[in-house]
Amino acid sequence: MAQAQSAVATESLPYNDVIPGAVVGRDGEALIVNREKLLELARYLRDHEGYDYLSSVTGVDNLTHPKRQGVERFEVVYHLYSTKRGGGPLVLKARAPEDDPEIPSVVSIWPGADFQEREIWDLFGVRFPGHPNLRRILLWEGFNGHPMRKDWKEAYYEEEHKPYSSRWPYGHYPREEYKYPWQEERAVYKDNLVFPKGFDPDRWQAPEVEYRLGQDIYRELEKLKTDRIIVNIGPQHPSTHGVFRMVVALEGETILGLEPEVGYLHRNHEKIGERNTYLMNIPYTDRLDYINSMSNNLGYVLAVEKLMGKVEVPERAKYLRIIMAELTRVLNHMFAIGFLLNDLGAFFTPALYALEERELILDLFEAASGSRMMCNYMRPGGVAYDVSEEWVAQAKKLVFERLPRAVDELDYYLTENEILLARTKGVGYLSPEDAIAYSTSGPVLRGSGVPYDIRKVEPYCIYDRFDFDIVTEDGGDVYARYMVRIREARESLKILRQALKDLPGGPVIGKKKYTFRIPPGEAYQRIEAPKGELGFYLVSDGTANPYRYHVRSPSFINLTALGPMCVGHKVADSVGILGSIDIVLGEVDR
Amino acid sequence: MADEYLEVPPELSRNVFLTTLDTVYNWSRRSSLWPMMFGLACCAIEMIAVAASRYDLARFGMEVMRPSPRQADVMIVSGTVTKKMVPQIVRLYNQMPQPRYVVAMGACATGGGPFKEGYNVVSGVDKFIPVDVYIPGCPPTPEALLYGMMRLQEKIKRQSVKTVPWYRKERDDIPVPVLGPDILDLRRKEEIKKISAQLADSEKYLERLETKTTQKA
Ligand code: SF4
Repeated sequence: MAQAQSAVATESLPYNDVIPGAVVGRDGEALIVNREKLLELARYLRDHEGYDYLSSVTGVDNLTHPKRQGVERFEVVYHLYSTKRGGGPLVLKARAPEDDPEIPSVVSIWPGADFQEREIWDLFGVRFPGHPNLRRILLWEGFNGHPMRKDWKEAYYEEEHKPYSSRWPYGHYPREEYKYPWQEERAVYKDNLVFPKGFDPDRWQAPEVEYRLGQDIYRELEKLKTDRIIVNIGPQHPSTHGVFRMVVALEGETILGLEPEVGYLHRNHEKIGERNTYLMNIPYTDRLDYINSMSNNLGYVLAVEKLMGKVEVPERAKYLRIIMAELTRVLNHMFAIGFLLNDLGAFFTPALYALEERELILDLFEAASGSRMMCNYMRPGGVAYDVSEEWVAQAKKLVFERLPRAVDELDYYLTENEILLARTKGVGYLSPEDAIAYSTSGPVLRGSGVPYDIRKVEPYCIYDRFDFDIVTEDGGDVYARYMVRIREARESLKILRQALKDLPGGPVIGKKKYTFRIPPGEAYQRIEAPKGELGFYLVSDGTANPYRYHVRSPSFINLTALGPMCVGHKVADSVGILGSIDIVLGEVDR
Repeated sequence: MADEYLEVPPELSRNVFLTTLDTVYNWSRRSSLWPMMFGLACCAIEMIAVAASRYDLARFGMEVMRPSPRQADVMIVSGTVTKKMVPQIVRLYNQMPQPRYVVAMGACATGGGPFKEGYNVVSGVDKFIPVDVYIPGCPPTPEALLYGMMRLQEKIKRQSVKTVPWYRKERDDIPVPVLGPDILDLRRKEEIKKISAQLADSEKYLERLETKTTQKA
């Protein structure tokens, strides 16, 4: 009887007529997929339903979620979009029980899942059979446990959720029973350390790490008699934009394979975020992509607002959000161009031109929010502070006069420059199909000629009120990405001019709130950050703290395409190609 | 009294300049401190801003950022020190020639900062390498970094060639930590071994630290 009922129920679910038994239920918007049928369904969705863009893959540990007791412990969530149709996502969920945490890998269908599945393996310990290179990505091989599991506790663990009772309500002052105010004193090893039971340092042996490029290419090269060499670039290297490492297999100067090695700045953003309250996370988002803190704020507060349901945002705040986000975009693109030229060998001079304008924009940010870089400016329901008349006048002066000239100046000095052309044209080619398959976003995707800009295809905030174009370039090379950035900075200035002209008066936030009770549910909100699609995935269990907090960071996923783009080029070009992706390590490693 | 002083011939009196060896030694060292071009996180962006035109580190003779540790005098640890990165930082420190200085820039490098509780974050770079100047802030403003560098210059000014450690035979290199199940500081090896043996069967340990596989009801 029960079986008959469920059979009726599953037949009414979508896609079950094509692949019987693929979808087994619904969870809000999401479809729950039978993991045995996942690959079949995925292939069907990509080939026949147009879901060619796998935006985000992430894991959830259901262990302590009050509403999910009794369901399988691990859950992998896929957000699919269509680049042709635009519009909202199709959300799939595949579940796996605790004693058999395995879900088939979708890398063969959407190669963009590569790093994200490795991240889930690293942090949750869910295995992906069929993944070509399943090893840890953010932590190192040999690390003790899978830290994002709900029952994994860090050395400085105090309680599940903040504010901790040792600091509340007396602020930083320790309560009587806490004799030791410092976390170090309380921790077992007197430091931020967790070792397995009975660990003996003398007997420790580090596991072997096998790089994928090593495997494939060595096999190829056995037949030839050539000199091959594996070179490590980074993590301390002037052109890797921070602590980033590339393992490059070379034959002479030519790159045979390249594998990025990240995690040197893995600051446990998500684990800390799940202990924090919703409001406490805003300053942490500043430190993701630390060049564009304003747009990180925006993405996060939009995600929280989506979870909260209907939130009224005052008109003036809506405009201020757009103004800040677009100023950031101008800043970021100029910065990126400056540092791309740095990588190509024009050491520091173009960057100085960019930094000069950056200082002026940062002055505006400082006047509005109180801090140059870490603005912490947006709030659910508005923005934190209003701006003054003088601020608007200053911003107008910058946007109407100075910045357009600065962008033109960069364009004038650089675009036709022979050396720049020689170093960038035809280098690092990425075809439009590959760009979509690798889930790249932002200038990398549009530099390959795919007109996909979230501000247009799935408008958020009030972008539908402004007149601007999606910038695309057909080249697919470093030069095209450079041109996209120049032209996009101009489009941003166009939006800024309209927004500053129409900026209405009034309040900037409703009643200020310090805690939010958010109804149980989940939300995925993505915005077009300067570097690409920045998504926040939040799961709420009805308390003041997010149950799951995940950041889909554009830099991290754009890096998936770095290896394929570099193959066949000279080793010096890999640095330029990396510069054209424009990564920020705070966001890559989180 | 007068003949106790050196007789200076009149033609030299405008050309010869008497001072102590320490003054010259320290003056020359502190006026050309070359930082290592080494950025870890968000604070590195402010370090770049200091090197750029508005704040202009070149005024202090520090504009020559060296990508190689072999040519650098001062290491500005600008950002969060993670466990995965700390072996490299220690190695870079060991590769710097003496005299070498370390500036911990920002809350993270000083004591872990906002990310202190994170499982991959080192609570301050001074757990591994000695630090000369700490600069608070998240990120410190460029002015704060400049002030910190000026304090470092003051520190150098007070050193004396007779007592500085780098003319002695022994080197004070730091053993490079090992990435085990967690970061393993080789100087604390015995202590860690003792604690884990002690805790192996204690209740507290099981409750707090084991990655237990909780069975669900
Ligand atoms: S102190 Fe603040 S700004 Fe500096 S690295 Fe740490 S989080 Fe970033």
